[in-house]
Formats: sequence, structure tokens, C-alpha cells
Amino acid sequence: MLKDQDRIFLNLYGQDDWRLAGARRRGIWDNTAQLIQMSREDIVAAIKESGLRGRGGAGFPTGLKWSFMPPEGERPSYLVVNADESEPGTCKDREILRYDPHVLLEGCVVAGRAMGAHTAYIYIRGEFYQESEHLEAAVAEAYDAGLLGKNACGSGWDFDIYVHRGAGAYICGEETALLESLEGKKGQPRLKPPFPAAVGVFGCPTTVNNVETIAVAPTILRRGGSWFAGLGRPNNTGTKVFCISGHVNNPCNVEEEMGIPLRELIEKHAGGVRGGWDNLLAVIPGGSSVPVLPKQICDEQLMDFDSLREVKSGLGTAAVIVMDKSTDIVEAIARLSHFYMHESCGQCTPCREGTGWMYRVMQRMVRGDAEVEEIDLLEQVTYQVEGHTICALGDAAAWPIQGLIRHFRPEIERRILDRKTHSVSTPMAAE
Amino acid sequence: MNLHPANAEWTEFEFSAENLEKAKGYVARYPEGRQQSAVMPLLDLAQRQCGGWLPNVAVEYVASFLGMPKIRVLEVATFYSMYNQAPVGKNFVQLCRTTPCWLRGSNALRDTCLRETGCELGGTSADGLFTVVEVECLGACCNAPMVQINDDFYEDLTPESFANVLQALKRGEQPKTGSQAGRVGSEPVGGLTSLTQLEGAD
Amino acid sequence: MPKLTIDGTEIEVDAGLTVLQACELAGKEIPRFCYHERLSIAGNCRMCLVEMERAPKPIASCAMPIGEGMVIRTDTDTVKKARNGVMEFLLINHPLDCPICDQGGECDLQDQAMAYGFDRSRYQENKRAVEDKHMGPLIKTIMTRCIHCTRCVRFATEVAGVPELGLLGRGEKAEITTYLEKSLDSELSANVIDLCPVGALTSKPYAFVARPWELSKTESVDVLDAVGSAIRVDARGTEVLRILPRLNEPVNEEWLSDKGRYACDGLRRQRLDRPYVRRDGKLQPASWDEAFAAIRDRVQGVQGSRIAAIAGDQCDAESMLALKELMTRLGSPNVDCRQDGAKLNPAVRASYLLNSTIAGLEDIDAVLLVGTNPRWEAPLVNTRLRKAWLHNGLRAGIIGQQLDLTYPAEYLGAGPDTLTAVARSAHPFADTLRQADKAAIIVGMGALARPDGEAVLGTARDLAQAVGAVRQDWNGFNILHTAAARVGALDLGFVPGPSGRDTAQILSGASNGEIDVVYLLGADEIHHSHFGKAFVIYQGHHGDAGAHRADVILPGAAYTEKNGTYVNTEGRVQLGRRAAQPVGDAREDWTIIRALSDVLGQSIGFASLADVRKRLVEVNPVFDEVGEVTGAEWTDFGGGQVTDAPFELPIANYYQTDPISRASETMAACTRDFAQADTARTGTDG
Repeated sequence: MLKDQDRIFLNLYGQDDWRLAGARRRGIWDNTAQLIQMSREDIVAAIKESGLRGRGGAGFPTGLKWSFMPPEGERPSYLVVNADESEPGTCKDREILRYDPHVLLEGCVVAGRAMGAHTAYIYIRGEFYQESEHLEAAVAEAYDAGLLGKNACGSGWDFDIYVHRGAGAYICGEETALLESLEGKKGQPRLKPPFPAAVGVFGCPTTVNNVETIAVAPTILRRGGSWFAGLGRPNNTGTKVFCISGHVNNPCNVEEEMGIPLRELIEKHAGGVRGGWDNLLAVIPGGSSVPVLPKQICDEQLMDFDSLREVKSGLGTAAVIVMDKSTDIVEAIARLSHFYMHESCGQCTPCREGTGWMYRVMQRMVRGDAEVEEIDLLEQVTYQVEGHTICALGDAAAWPIQGLIRHFRPEIERRILDRKTHSVSTPMAAE
Repeated sequence: MNLHPANAEWTEFEFSAENLEKAKGYVARYPEGRQQSAVMPLLDLAQRQCGGWLPNVAVEYVASFLGMPKIRVLEVATFYSMYNQAPVGKNFVQLCRTTPCWLRGSNALRDTCLRETGCELGGTSADGLFTVVEVECLGACCNAPMVQINDDFYEDLTPESFANVLQALKRGEQPKTGSQAGRVGSEPVGGLTSLTQLEGAD
Repeated sequence: MPKLTIDGTEIEVDAGLTVLQACELAGKEIPRFCYHERLSIAGNCRMCLVEMERAPKPIASCAMPIGEGMVIRTDTDTVKKARNGVMEFLLINHPLDCPICDQGGECDLQDQAMAYGFDRSRYQENKRAVEDKHMGPLIKTIMTRCIHCTRCVRFATEVAGVPELGLLGRGEKAEITTYLEKSLDSELSANVIDLCPVGALTSKPYAFVARPWELSKTESVDVLDAVGSAIRVDARGTEVLRILPRLNEPVNEEWLSDKGRYACDGLRRQRLDRPYVRRDGKLQPASWDEAFAAIRDRVQGVQGSRIAAIAGDQCDAESMLALKELMTRLGSPNVDCRQDGAKLNPAVRASYLLNSTIAGLEDIDAVLLVGTNPRWEAPLVNTRLRKAWLHNGLRAGIIGQQLDLTYPAEYLGAGPDTLTAVARSAHPFADTLRQADKAAIIVGMGALARPDGEAVLGTARDLAQAVGAVRQDWNGFNILHTAAARVGALDLGFVPGPSGRDTAQILSGASNGEIDVVYLLGADEIHHSHFGKAFVIYQGHHGDAGAHRADVILPGAAYTEKNGTYVNTEGRVQLGRRAAQPVGDAREDWTIIRALSDVLGQSIGFASLADVRKRLVEVNPVFDEVGEVTGAEWTDFGGGQVTDAPFELPIANYYQTDPISRASETMAACTRDFAQADTARTGTDG
């Protein structure tokens, strides 16, 4: 288990003061100037050494991403922080935003330095109203204390941070949709190329990073990339905030080491599965977008990018949704299908049309109101969506259903057959 | 798009003096010539000023405030789920329906809510106190099931504690927001499993 | 030039192209719905997916820039499956109501479904129904058919410059609409109908009129303005049922103005379908012989100097030439093509042309508009100026009346004094023009059709010279005509001969008895009260102003009913072609004049259209250069003293400017919807 002294988010639970004074006590903003005065290359090198991969779901190597940013030129560069946390099951950034905002702000300054950006926008999901108030208050405190603005932290580096509230659209968690939204448009993902590092917000070089990714940067720089790399497993390094929800005794967020066994995670921190481990039906290990895993896989599963990929799922946002044996697994996934239908931006054909189709079939599958062959049809539709859309929302809508069919096909079939038997024996009533 | 009949009651709109200052502050957050970026915060301000929804005159006001075509502002106002195109009750109740909350009993909360408020889903109570809608994941899954009422999250709800919240609102009181089970945040109930050694370690 | 491999064949293409364009060059057909060459790339339909080596997923070829060494496959199973999948998604919520859809037979979705669709639907759920939207008198909507390609939105925003269309909502509930379902307020609105790849936006006036395979299609040119847009005239039997744009890059690209497209129902109303002769004060139907005899009786013995002819705005060059020849034989120098009194004359061709050429206006970065509203007078010239604004940051200045041009423009002043100030560099806009890489001056009829027009012309010329808008390699001096016939008429010299009278003098002569006979060839822009006691012959196709006053009416052919030559505002000679027979007893115009000349004993002799055209070339060799613009020599012209009177715009209502559009019910509907809306807005229904 991760030792407390290796944890980065020391006020994850809001036990301590979230304001500047508390933050300073926890070591945030401690001689930040020294970090800022590192060269761009040195910061990027340290992040690369740490092995940090993006914490927003895709797991792209952060140091590499930062290195794509061009040298400072005529056009300003921007750091945009993705605080549009909306992936079902995920509620980790919220805790950082409301209880440890300064760790994020400090991260913005050093990350901005690393990419030659003097401005950061933090795009926070609109529903996080109280969280945005904390964030705005923290920004104001930081300006007042000279930590932001001209000559931020006395480092000679000018740095501004602005908060931008979203207004209810999951798709804005997609980085280019987020940039569109930040420009005052509908959150419809952009075509790539060009990538944000070339043409991002306001047509300028931009890097979009998740809250957690940015927030861990100062600690990595202080303690060294090798410290972070020493935690977890190769290519899956460091600490990670896990969100454990669903049928556990004590749902919670917890910062743990990458690669922790799923069972250990649940039993150590979340009080175990409701009714005991053997009462486990399935786990969605990385937020709604990743395929569900049945108990037999969960028994030995490690929680990191590569381990979960090996079992055709993913770490995603590390949002662990636990379902015990009482769960109607088909409805659990059907509700996610409804989510994706609701959140599809409507821009491109496969997602706009496919999410509705998938949901409607799923809805019938919940009742067993379908033909057995339709399971194959449904699966084909998921593959018809996957990989054919502008952004990854189409994939995210397809994967949960693929996971369901992969692991719970007998359950779907049973319902269909049950209903058939049932309706044969029962005379049709006037509906 | 059919305009809500309540639009007839709104023949004009402009920001209050206070909101006007705020609006200018928002516009200043973006580079010169990029004032369109402020359309979301401005629509939010306008919605708050209008009592929780966006009459058309407010959409048009924001459009002219930012020098945007009206259709572009309406696109934004209809794309994001937090902008309402129809009036809502004093307490805008959003029940999270997505899997993590559903696993922990959101259906029961819905029943409680409809019974306590007298609303249908999507409807407004006769007294105008409540509008109840089901929404997708609100991002507080470790404190499920949860509900958002206006700007506030109410978490770790049971039908009983939710009924208490709604009854308090009916009485015109402001209930305690956040966890209804006594949690500060998303720490595990029954004692911390981490961050224990650092407690009080100044 | 980057090299890439497409389906195993190496091809070298220009840098900056997209994979889709490269595939087309390689002869590979790529299906698409949202992609359109003239619009920004949306990449949303996903129909154009291809495989790219090293890419994990199929890529949208429309949006992918080519790169050196790319390996593209368009013919694999993966590609086919991807496209089949997209097609199925497009069809699940599409109503499949092709039998009652006006797009049937010319529908991209229908065509591509033949190639990529399944033969049955696997979608068992209820289909989506979408409420239709009001978009005005021209665009009919059946929004359930919409596939959300957003071509219409992009056209309105980018090309037409009226950001009024949008995609509201999101996901499968997203819907295309105008703001609060107001009519799309653009002179180019109906182009969205052509752009719509399905039957969501169809032609309202043409709804349920015909199927494409019933129509005979004739390539011609538009005469409703002086742009000379390439059109295709679709007719069934004798009736022109619709007009569509045809590709002509240098002129109209592939667009058409709403008037050019929709005034055609005016071809069916108020037509002159037989000769008339005024007897006892009333116009009575007559035979051709009787009509000619009536003219002969009146004209015989009248001195040439007491006879005059005025040619209208939509005349073909052939008929004007024939009339001019007849007038010459009758000894009359009193001919004029400038009904509006524009002070233009044939002496220097560059003095009456849009010398920059229409396409050339795309390259300018500063423009001065003098007494003109290009948005109304030539919508497809205005789109070029808009492009110049989008791409070169065009700085536009206006002298005349305030305008909404769809791009920003600085208002400089109302009349000649401002023009003079700029010409003398006493106005800061002179510097704007001088500092431009390519500057243009566009002078409209509002500045020229006035007593001091020649002075204005000279001032504008001086200005162009002074700011360097006319150079060895660039002529930025432009006249924007409103009449399709005007440049052709000037080219063939349809202006007063030595001691001849111009329009104003003809009318004053008619009023004071010095002119006995006036021959109006399609001239309808002159009020009937101006003709005094003169004997008026009206030859034309509509019962409009000219016919109203006529003593004899000779029924002619409208532009869709004859083969005729027109020269557009930039001096491009173009051929209109007969798509339908003239109505009733009406005849092609030059043949009428030829027949009349025989009756008058002054035969002009032409035996065939070829004869007339041969003569045209003799009169002016430009008529030999069909389809081309020949550079005009820049010499001195214009001059005199300007007055203080502000410039007035030549067009008050875009939708009704000539006999055809005035007879059109569709244009009347547009007038009610748009042109009068401006005044209505201040009223109660605003």
C-alpha cells in the first residue's frame, strides 16, 4: 500500500484547510520559483523520467505531450486544464478542485513554464458550482500573494490563470470539443490534424491536460522523476486517485499506487464488496467508457493501463464501479448507453445515429424484448460505430456494450428466452 | 424550435448593474477580439437573472453584447444541458440517473422526489417550488446517490434524508448541502484508510 | 510535389491537397455528403473514410492533408464495411420516402445508397420525426430527411455571409434551423437547395412540379443581372419549370442568385403572345401583317430624325444589332441603350467594363464602392468581395448610401464631393487604396445614371490612377452594370449617332413633338407619361411598362426562348440558348426586326442567325471571343463638373427589377417577405 509520505494529494478528503494558508502548510507553493526557473527542457525531462501518463483517461505520456509545444514565438501558447470531469464513475478531480485547488494552480504554473505558456484556462464542468467557487477563490488568493500574475512567485515568469465554467456537456471533456467550448461555441470535437499543439485555442499552440496530471507535476519536480517512476510498474508509474463507487461498503476516492490489485483496492479502502468478495458480479474498472469485467477476471486484476488493456478493458479515469450479484447488469450497461446517446454531440453520423440505435436495442434487451440474433446485430452496430467517428465518444459508447456481450451474453439470451416462454404461456392482454 | 409561451412575458432584457460588471469581467478573461469565449458565462448570468431559464430576449441580448449572430448564441444555449429553454421552479431538482447512482438507489430517490414535490418528471409543481428532471452523471459518484438542487449537491442520500431535504426546502429553509451521511468529502465511512499518518503533522 | 500511393498506384499531386482530392486525381471516386469544394471542411458525414497506412482507424479523407509517402487504400474490405456502416446509420432515421420526394432522381443519398446500402433495414426501432422549419418563400423543408451534413449552415455563414442558419440542440435531437424560423435573408439563399445532398431542403416554388428525367435541359446564361451566370434551363414542353446554376468558375462558380433562379415563373405570366395594335385608344389583338402594316403606315414618310429607338436591359445583341441597322436604314441617329441615362459611351471599352474581372476581385485587398450596392445589383460579384474580405482582409469604403454588404465597410460619404476628396488624396481612404497590393474602384449606375455621370466617371478614373489601382499588370477600375444587355449594346454601338438623341433627348423630343415614332425594344424602365404624342412601337415579351403605352406591340421572345448573345459586366461574351419555344405567336426578336424591315422596304438582309453574328463580329471583333474576357485598352475618358447631389442606388427592391421578375409570383412573395420586411419591422409585427 502506498505510504502517506508518497501521497501527493494530502487534502483529498477536505480534512484540512483548502485555502492558501492550508496549502502552504502542506508544502504547496514552497519555493515554486525554483521549479519555474528550471529550463523548459529540464522540466520536460523530469516529467518524461517520471513516466507520468495522462490521468484523464487516454494515458498519453505527459512529458512527450509537453514536448510537442513549439518554442515561444509570435503566437502565445496556452495551457488548458481539463476539469470537465464528467465520465460516469469519476469524481476525483472534483476533490482536488474543492479541497486542494492550490496544488492544481501550482501545477499550472510549472506546466505552463514547461510549454512556454503564460496563460492557463481551467475549464471546469458547469455543475461543479461550489468547486468553481473554491477554485476562483484560490486563484484570487494566489494573485494576491504574488504567486500568479506578473513575475509569478517571484520567478520572473508571468503567468495568468482564468477559470472557465462549462454548462453541461460530457463531450467537452474531449480536448478539442473543450477548446471549441472555450471559444464560445458548441462543444463539437475538431478534426485532427491539426493537433492542439499546433492549432489549439484561439488558433494558438495549446496543450490540454487533466487536472490530476497537472496537479502531480510540482511534486514530481520536487521529488524527482525517479521517485515517481519508482512507484507502480514500468510504463504504469506513480500514484493515481481511484474512485470506488457502486456496491462497496465504503465508497471513496483514494490515492494509491498504480498497479494495485483491484481486490486490494476495494477491500483496503472501500470496505470490500457489499456482501463480501464472492458477492461480486462485475466491475467497470476505469469509468463508464471501458468494458466491464466479470468477477473471475477481477479476482487477480492489477489496476494499471497495460494490465487492464490485456483483459480488453482499460484504466480510463480509474473510476471503479463495483456491481454485486443483485445488479441487473444489462440495465447497468443500458443506462450507460442512454448516457452516451444523451451526450453525443450530434456532429458525426455514426455516433449521432448509432448511440440512439444502441440504446434502444439495449433497452429492449433489458426486458428481453428482442430476438437472440439481435445480440449479434447489436454487437455489429457497436463495431460500426467504433473507430469511425471524429472523436472517441463513439468508441466509448460501443465498448461497454461489447464488454457486456463478451462476458454476459448468456444473461441477455436468458432474458430473451424467458420472455418468449412467458409470453407464450400468458394470453396477450390488451396493452 | 418552439418558443416557450413564457417568452411572451419577456419583452426586454438587460443585465443588472451588478451582472453587467461581472459580464465585463468575464469578457476580460479572454484575448482581445475573442469575446465570444464569454458566451457561456454570460448566458449563465442571464439565466440566473431570469430566474433559472433563458427567455429569448436574453439570448438576443447576449448576442448583441458579444457581437455574435443570434443563431450562434442559440446554438450554444441549446447545446449545453444547463441552459433551460423553459421556466423552472424555485428549486430545480436534478436527479442523477446514471449507473453509479442507480446502483445505489437513485430510483427510490426519484419516487421520493415525485411524491414529495408533486411533480411529474420534467414537470414543475403547481406552487412553482420545484421542477424535477432526471439528468446524467453529475460527477459525485463516490457519494452516490446524489441530487443537485440549483447550485448545490446533496450526497449520500437515502429516501428519508432526501425527503428531509425536500421538506426543508418546502418550508423555505436552506438544508445542509453536501453529504447527508456526515461525510466531509469522499473519504471512506468509518475511518480513514489513508492520509492517517499526516493528520495533525504540521 | 508530394508523392503518395493510392490503391497501389503512385501519384504526385500538389501540396496542400486533401487525401480525398488526391484520390479523385487518381481516378478513385470517394463518396461524400458533407464535403464540398467551396465550403469549409466539416468531416462529419464519415462517408469518405479510407484506409491510411499506419493509421489504426479509417480516416476521413476529406479532412486529411496529404503527406509525402502516404499509402492510401480506397478499395479494401475495411473501407467498404466502414462506408456501408455509415450509409446504414444515415438511413436508419431517414424516411425513405423517395417516391414523394422532390430530390428523387438527383439525390446523393439515393445514389450512394445504391452503391453502399443494404437491401433491407435492420433498424427495428421507431424512426425519428423532425418538425419542418420555415426558411422563407424559396426553401421548402422536410427536416426528417436531414442528414446533418451542415452544408447549408456553412454556405449561409461562409459564402452568403448571413449567419442565420444553425444546428440547434445536440445528439440525435440536433436540428437545422434559421434563428426562430425566420426566412433566410440572402439573395443567394436557394443555393442551399442545390447543396443539400438529400431532400431536406428543396425548392418551394418547384415542389411536386416535375421529375428530373422528364425535363429537357438547356445550357444558357442568366440575364436577370449583368453578371451573366451560367444556368441550366429545365423545360417540359414549352414551359420553363426551373433554372439551376451551372459551373462557370470565372463568373458564378457554381452559384446562382435567387432572382436568376426563381424569376422564371414570371415567364409564364403577363406574356405578350400575339401582336396588338391600338385602335380607338385600345390595344386590340392583331395579326403580324396588321401590326407591321400599322407601323408601315405610321413610319412611311417620317423623317429619320423624327424616329428613335431605345433598347432595354435584357436584349440580346443580335436583336439590338438588327434594330440599329434598321434605324440606320431609316436614317435615324436616335438610338440609345441607356434607359437609365447612364453616362457611358462606347468610345473607350475600359470605361464601361468591370476591368478587374469578377474572379479578379477575389484578389483585391481594398475597394471603393461608388453609388453601387453589389449585394443587390450583382450578388455573385458581392460574394467575390466577401471572399476578398475573408482571405485578404479587404478594406471596403462606400460612397453613396449605407449598405449591409455581409462584410464590414467604412462609410465615407454620400456623393461626388467625397469621391473628389478621395481622388485628391484629401480623404484618408485614399491612403488605404494606395497602400493596398491590389485596389479596386467599383462604380455603379447610382453614380453614373445622372446628369453629371460623365464627370463622376472621370473623377473615378482620376482616382483610380492616383491611387495606383490601374497599373501595367492590374486594372482596378470597374463599372458594375445592372443590365444584362448593356455592355453588349455599348460594344455594338447602340448609342446616338452624329447629332443623334440620347434617351433623355428622345423623351423630350417625344414630349415636344420633335419625335414622332419611338421603337422600344424590351425597354420597360421608362414611365409611359414621357412619350407625349409619339407613336410607340413596343417589341418585347411582357405586358409591362413599355407595352402599356404602345401603339403597336410586337411579341418577342424571352431569354429562354431564343438564341442570343450577351456580354456581361466584365465584357465576357456569352451565348444564351433556346430552351423553349416563344409563347403563342411570339418570335425570336431579330427575325421580327428583319421581317419588319422588309415590310418597310428597308431590308436589313440577315437570312440567318449566323448572318447576324457575322455582322456582330464585323461591328466589333469582341463578339468573336465567346466565353472570353479580352483586356480593354486604358486611355482617357470622362470629365466635366460634378454636382453636389448624393448618389442614389439603382435598385430599390432586389427581387423586382425587370419585366420578368415583376411578373414573377415568387419574386412578389420574396418582396413581401424580405424587401418590405424592412419597413414592416418598424410596424406592429416587428
